[in-house]
Amino acid sequence: MTCEITREPIKIEDIYQKVVRREAGAVTTFVGTVRELTHGRKTLHLEYEAYESMALKKMEQIVEEIKEKWPVLEVAMVHRIGRLEITDIAIAIAVSSPHRPEAYEANRYALERVKEMVPIWKKEHWEDGEKWVGNQQGTKAYTTGKPEEGDFLE
Amino acid sequence: MNKIMLFAQLKEDAGKSAIETKAAGKTVGELRDFLEKETPLGNLDGIMIAVNEEFVKDDWIIEEKDVIALIPPVSGG
Repeated sequence: MTCEITREPIKIEDIYQKVVRREAGAVTTFVGTVRELTHGRKTLHLEYEAYESMALKKMEQIVEEIKEKWPVLEVAMVHRIGRLEITDIAIAIAVSSPHRPEAYEANRYALERVKEMVPIWKKEHWEDGEKWVGNQQGTKAYTTGKPEEGDFLE
Repeated sequence: MNKIMLFAQLKEDAGKSAIETKAAGKTVGELRDFLEKETPLGNLDGIMIAVNEEFVKDDWIIEEKDVIALIPPVSGG
């Protein structure tokens, strides 16, 4: 399994080891961390929740999409759920390829797709309140996490 | 019966992670209307619906034992 959802701290070395190959001349790693300030508001900690089985399925789908689009060797990603503190790693993505352009491009694509359609939710805990971010319930807008046309079963 | 899984704010509002209802034969759009009118979940605009772990549109027909999930806008990463 190259995709994983974990409740434990993410170790970058582990995800690097999942993708490194003799044929690779490049490994890109993206590490998404918990930021303290968003638009001037101070986050105390975050809580992530996932629809785990579907999230894993969608992460694997993203890996397949990448392999169709770029000549990459391997893709691995891990998302942490549960309570995360400031500077903790929420997500890590690693891509290996013979040359660097596709490793960079595919890695960015992976993260953008995760943010669009993998069923994982973040709850912000601020000094003065808490909220599930991205929950647009009650409005027409589906401003974050909008799956694309091809993401629906027909 | 069909299990309807709830997450994030919907789960907190409902006070449980799933509800059960008879949805077989209904379209996803009909189920959405039903849930809005007949349950305390309220307005489901902007909530995606997944059947058996795949996103589906409102014309998708639900079958017996399909596992349904209400998917609020995601915010992973």
